[in-house]
Amino acid sequence: MIGSPLRTDVLFHLGPVPVSSAVAVSWGIMALLVLGAWLATRRLALRPSRTQVVLELLVETIDAQVHDTMQVDPAPYRALIGSIFLFVLAANWSGLVPGIEPPTAHLETDAALAGIVFFATIVFGLRARGVRGYLASFAEPGWLMVPLNLVEQVTRTFSLMVRLFGNVMSGVFVVGIALSLAGLIVPIPFMALDLLTGAIQAYIFSVLAMVFIGAAVHPAPPSRAPDAPASSDRRDPS
Amino acid sequence: MTDLIPVVSILAAALSVSFGAIGPALAEGRAVAAAMDAIARQPESAGTLSRTLFVGLAMIETMAIYCLVIAILLLFANPFLK
Repeated sequence: MIGSPLRTDVLFHLGPVPVSSAVAVSWGIMALLVLGAWLATRRLALRPSRTQVVLELLVETIDAQVHDTMQVDPAPYRALIGSIFLFVLAANWSGLVPGIEPPTAHLETDAALAGIVFFATIVFGLRARGVRGYLASFAEPGWLMVPLNLVEQVTRTFSLMVRLFGNVMSGVFVVGIALSLAGLIVPIPFMALDLLTGAIQAYIFSVLAMVFIGAAVHPAPPSRAPDAPASSDRRDPS
Repeated sequence: MTDLIPVVSILAAALSVSFGAIGPALAEGRAVAAAMDAIARQPESAGTLSRTLFVGLAMIETMAIYCLVIAILLLFANPFLK
C-alpha cells in the first residue's frame, strides 16, 4: 500500500452496492471469528479440553479487565467489549496475511467501530439510568457544562476513529515504503512492530470503549462524592 | 503560480508531522518516566498503573496522529489541488 490511504478500491458489485476490499476482509474476519467461536464452544465440558482452557482464560481476562475498568459486573458488557477487542485485534493482525490489507487501515471501518461505541454508550447509559437520569448526566458538574459535554460526545468518538485509523494506516504505510525502497527482508522488523502496535491499539480501543460506557453508566465522581465524603477525604492523603 | 500549492502542501505536511511529534514525544516520555517511578515505589499497583498509562499514552498519541492525518490529507486529498 503506497497509494492514497483515503481511497477505497471497489472489489466487486453486489447488485447496486459496491463492495470494497476492506468490507470483504472484515466480513471474512467476522466469519472466521464466528466459526472459531462455534467450533470452540461446541463441546464444552466440566473437565475442560485444551481449547476450552484457552477460551476460558480469554473470557476471564476480558471479564477482569471490564471489572477493573468499569467497577461493575462484567456480564452485560462482555459480548460487546470482547467482540470489539477480538475483531480489532484480528483486523489489525490480518495485514500479516499476504495480499490482505487490514480493514482498520481504512477510515470507514474505524468510523463504523467508533459509531458502534457511540451508540452503545447511549444505549447502556439509557438502560442504566433511565431517560431523565441519562440526560441529567450531561449537566453533571453544572448547567454550564452541557454544551461541552455534548461536544465531547462527538469529539471523543472522532478521536477514537482517527486514533485507530492513524496507527494502523501508518504501520501499513511504513511497511509499504520500506518494501518499495529497500526490498524483501527489510520490512520484517516493521511488521513485528506492527504486531505490537496492533495489539496495543486493539486493547486501547476496547479500554476506551469501556471507559466511555462506564462513564455513561456510572454516576460521575462529583455526584458520588457527597455520599461518602469522609472516607474519600481520609483515603486521599495516603 | 499553480506549482506553488504542491510545494507548500508537501512542506506543510513535513512541518506538521515534525512539529506535531515534538510535543507528544516529550509528553509520553514524562508519562512513562512518572509511571516507572510509581511502579518502582509501589510494584503491587503495577497492573492499574500500566492500564492507566496505556490509556493516557493513547490520548497523548492522538495529538501526533492528528498531525499525521493532516499531513496525509495534505498529500493525498488536498482540497486546493484539483
